[in-house]
Amino acid sequence: MIGFELSEEQLSLKEMVRKFVQNDVIPVAAKFDASHEFPHDLIKKAWENGLMNGCVPEKFGGLGLGVLEDVILNEEMGAGCLGITTSVAVNNLALYPILLGGTDEQIKEFVVPFLNEPKLASFCLTEPNSGSDAGSLTTHAKEDGDHYVINGSKMWITNAGHASLYTVFATVNKDLKSKGIVCLVVPRDAKGISVGKHEDKLGQCASDTRAISFENVRVPKSHLIGSVGGGFKIALRTLDHTRPPIASGAVGAARAAMEHSIRYSKERKQFNQPIANFQGIQFMLADMATNIEAGRLLCYQAASAIDKGDEKKGGYYSALAKRFSADMAMQVAIDAVQIFGGYGYTREYPVEKIMRDVKLVQIYEGTSQIQRVVIARHLLQD
Amino acid sequence: MNVVVMLKQVPDTETKIRITADKSGIEKGDIKWIINPYDEYAIEEGLKIKEGLKAGTVTVVTMGPDRCVEALRTAIAMGADNAIHIKEATEASDPFVIAQALSAAIKKENPEIVLCGKQAIDDDGSAVSGYVAELLNIPSVSVVVKIAIGPDKKDAKAEREVEGGAKHVVHCPLPALFAVNKGINTPRYASLPGIMKAKKKEIKTYSLQDLGVTAAATMTEAGYELPPERKAGKKIAGDTATQATELARLLREEAKVI
Repeated sequence: MIGFELSEEQLSLKEMVRKFVQNDVIPVAAKFDASHEFPHDLIKKAWENGLMNGCVPEKFGGLGLGVLEDVILNEEMGAGCLGITTSVAVNNLALYPILLGGTDEQIKEFVVPFLNEPKLASFCLTEPNSGSDAGSLTTHAKEDGDHYVINGSKMWITNAGHASLYTVFATVNKDLKSKGIVCLVVPRDAKGISVGKHEDKLGQCASDTRAISFENVRVPKSHLIGSVGGGFKIALRTLDHTRPPIASGAVGAARAAMEHSIRYSKERKQFNQPIANFQGIQFMLADMATNIEAGRLLCYQAASAIDKGDEKKGGYYSALAKRFSADMAMQVAIDAVQIFGGYGYTREYPVEKIMRDVKLVQIYEGTSQIQRVVIARHLLQD
Repeated sequence: MNVVVMLKQVPDTETKIRITADKSGIEKGDIKWIINPYDEYAIEEGLKIKEGLKAGTVTVVTMGPDRCVEALRTAIAMGADNAIHIKEATEASDPFVIAQALSAAIKKENPEIVLCGKQAIDDDGSAVSGYVAELLNIPSVSVVVKIAIGPDKKDAKAEREVEGGAKHVVHCPLPALFAVNKGINTPRYASLPGIMKAKKKEIKTYSLQDLGVTAAATMTEAGYELPPERKAGKKIAGDTATQATELARLLREEAKVI
């Protein structure tokens, strides 16, 4: 028998986040989308209510939430605003490398402070010329006594302008390719860091996206997470953990688009009747519902595998969940705009924002194409 | 200062209420249950009193079937220290029986303050709080929008809302019961850490027998009826003058509003 029921706590968590989204996120989502401001107060409130850094284990004073809880949380958040969801969720992305690859001392030094105040962290992997081919990164970490000296630049770094800590992936020797990559914890106030302007994006405008450059930035060797050459593995394992929640954020956004579509198609009258009476609309709604449920189940499956410690299957399922949910949510959002017609194309109605926001889920944390590469590699391996 | 908050689990305001075929009650299968919103204000006020005095405990109590434990856990997740569940298989609807059970459980806690919402949004009875105060032999203040505890914690001043925006300030000794109104505060969320802690918390359970409640119901529910379907609107035809005359006639003779 296969159980699909959530536990009492998971249902309470879902209920709580839904309430938070109703009361605190939805009323301001359009405002932050239009102003491109950073939702500082909202992030503080999310932190106060335990919606951030949930992945920190109980033995370090965290909530010790699994990936499944993160998936549940992000679906609800995604139904409110994907930009705000990204801002809130990125701490997990930045802290997972330390939790997965760091020592207890490193976790205490670098991660635990995030439980004590609403601070932000950024995950710095992507570079101007290294996206899908993450192993080709060129940011250089040079050994110098008991320090590393970092030079290079990173691109599309979420929360970069507001983070107090960066987990930076760099190479000690480019010729070693992915085997030369290290993961280093870099405090924002280290000398030689400059942060670029807030990028003007198509969607997810409430999330802060910037370039960062490192010029002779020195960090002690105690900031090395895992081994020299082990950084790439840490990055991939981190992404396996965060892809299901990212995917479920898209599921949430798609759900919101569907709910708007259902309401609107019952109200909007053409040919003397609600447009919901037309099979053309009904089929679109039916497809939305089917695909949203399928996306959610893929996310639950991926999260459950990772939480059970089956990282191999978990990585594969994560790619399935992210690939399907991102592409599915894009289609749902496009159809929602279609159902709303001319009104849907205006900013007076919420569906065009969802369409702009979910586009990014097909791109960030591994494009839909890279997910397919991961999936195919799994299928074809001997 | 020990505070006891009485709460009731009620159907979510967005639930579509359906009456059972025999009209004896409502269909409960599909209902989403929530804490009565007025009781949420009471929980928040209890937590604020405790935090303000930096001492004491907040205990929540409810009576009802097993599903009510969920409401108690939510209250614990908001910050309540203890919870009491008065278990019953069938849901009593007689407020006097309910009040006897609640007051018997509350008495054991010996609180200085008893809080609840001014009414439950399901049956809008507003009866239990008065009965409980009477059975505990303590003052009862209703529709409260502000509570100020005296410096020696022996008395309190409560502001009541009166029709037309006027304020009615009541002074009473403690222990006392306050039935609070919307606007007294903004209830906090049941935080995630709270939810995780709540699952481990033990909930005290009583049966009616445990509490020595033997009173029979003085009232029984005779039946439910939904409001009649709204009639279709009336369209008045003719030129403007005819329409105006007809409208005036209908307002006077049919609607009887002018």
